[in-house]
Amino acid sequence: MSPLLIYLLLSIAKIIVVLVVLLMCVAYTVLLERKVVGRIQNRFGPSRVGPFGLLQPLADGLKLFLKEDIMPASVYRPLYILAPVIALACALLSIAVVPFGANIQYHYHGMGIDLFEISDLNIGLLVILGVTSIGVYGIALSGWASNNKYSLLGSLRSSAQMVSYELALGLSLIGVVLRAGSLRLRDIVDVQATHGILSWNVFGGFQIVAFFIYLISAYAETNRAPFDLVEAESELTGGYHTEYSSMKFAMFFMAEYANMITVGCVATLLFFGGWTSPFGNLLPAPHWIVIQALLPVFWFVIKVFFFVFLYIWVRGTTPRFRYDQLMGFGWKFLVPLAIANIIVASLIFAPR
Amino acid sequence: MYLVIFLIFGALCIAGAVNLLLQRHPINSALSLIVVMTSLAVLYLLLGAEFLAAAQVIVYSGAIMVLFTFVIMLLNAGEEERTHGSRAAYLVGFPGVAALLGLLTYIFLSVRTPLGNAQLGGDTLVTTADLSRVLFRDLLLPFEVTSVLILVAILGAVALARKES
Repeated sequence: MSPLLIYLLLSIAKIIVVLVVLLMCVAYTVLLERKVVGRIQNRFGPSRVGPFGLLQPLADGLKLFLKEDIMPASVYRPLYILAPVIALACALLSIAVVPFGANIQYHYHGMGIDLFEISDLNIGLLVILGVTSIGVYGIALSGWASNNKYSLLGSLRSSAQMVSYELALGLSLIGVVLRAGSLRLRDIVDVQATHGILSWNVFGGFQIVAFFIYLISAYAETNRAPFDLVEAESELTGGYHTEYSSMKFAMFFMAEYANMITVGCVATLLFFGGWTSPFGNLLPAPHWIVIQALLPVFWFVIKVFFFVFLYIWVRGTTPRFRYDQLMGFGWKFLVPLAIANIIVASLIFAPR
Repeated sequence: MYLVIFLIFGALCIAGAVNLLLQRHPINSALSLIVVMTSLAVLYLLLGAEFLAAAQVIVYSGAIMVLFTFVIMLLNAGEEERTHGSRAAYLVGFPGVAALLGLLTYIFLSVRTPLGNAQLGGDTLVTTADLSRVLFRDLLLPFEVTSVLILVAILGAVALARKES
């Protein structure tokens, strides 16, 4: 076989593996959320299917597959069908530029294949931001195409909220980019790799304010509590996905959880040192090469798990914002704070 | 391979632009415009302008077009009626477009050498650092003047939107 063909096959295999792992993570994040929120609310959560309810995602998936796919009479069909596809596609796309582990390449006839990343781009960070900004359409169009008051209100809220918080989110990342001098995610992690936890952007890079701005705006971007006005059950019955059922509803659901995982990955890469160990070089490097390659992935997964858990924890403990509070908080507090953070970060990094 | 990608996205771009004119529903037109913007971003990427491509997607396909769809959804604009338009538009419009196209083609072909040749997927990669060096050092004054211009536009919008008390 020609080297190009093998390169192509290996790349496709890599994409499939990453996609399957991501979808498994999505399924088990749903279970984790139900379990943890259950514990927070003093109940058990799902515990009947399999040991500790571990097979619950399988049962849920089967249920959603077998449900009747209802197409309401007065929807605008093309966009009604297209909207969940856009939402899910955008949610899955941004994982393509996320590096999971150290830069290890498999060389074959002069072509290097990254083992722990689908694609290594110079503008990786911008690609994630761009895909996020396209993702708004999934929710906006679903609400409009459903031809339903609640859906339309939900999607209007979401468009306004996501556009507003995108600004604060983008501005909060500038300090990190200033420190690394690059938009490539590997470069951003590499500057945090020297002294373990002390050189992570959140501590050593003096980006702790930027980190909290990022986290808050990311929660708003993914429409999660306390910013889940888009699907506020008490006011909008279900928001933008009121009219959706069966697999189309499942696609929105999966998109939401995939976005949570992506936010966890980006927060890890930008502020928590990506795949680097918190102990820096204090621990001796393992001898066996497989462990050496997989240890960074382990740290990465632990950190992403922490962020996903934080999402659920916040959801279980905070009440929802009112709409004017949400807008006021975004524009009058987060954006000025992010701009001030840029000025301080520039002053810190300028002498270096 | 670059040529194939160029042809696909060039065709997609033109198809989106034609569809934008032919669609009767405003939201379909807006979505066609998003397709046009995004295919343009891919064309920029093929020319090696990676930052420009990302900015095109974030600013145009993302922020600006979201605003367009937002307004269409908010006003709940219905389907438009198809009219024949004025005779003058037909009589002047088609020759005018043809003349403009001919003129532009002539100019681009005659000043081909000073404009330089664009290479699809060549070795030239305009990195973000290159772009910012030009934008913030060599062309700083035009850049700042443009930003003041946009600021004036925002102030004008605020002045128009303000309620008389």
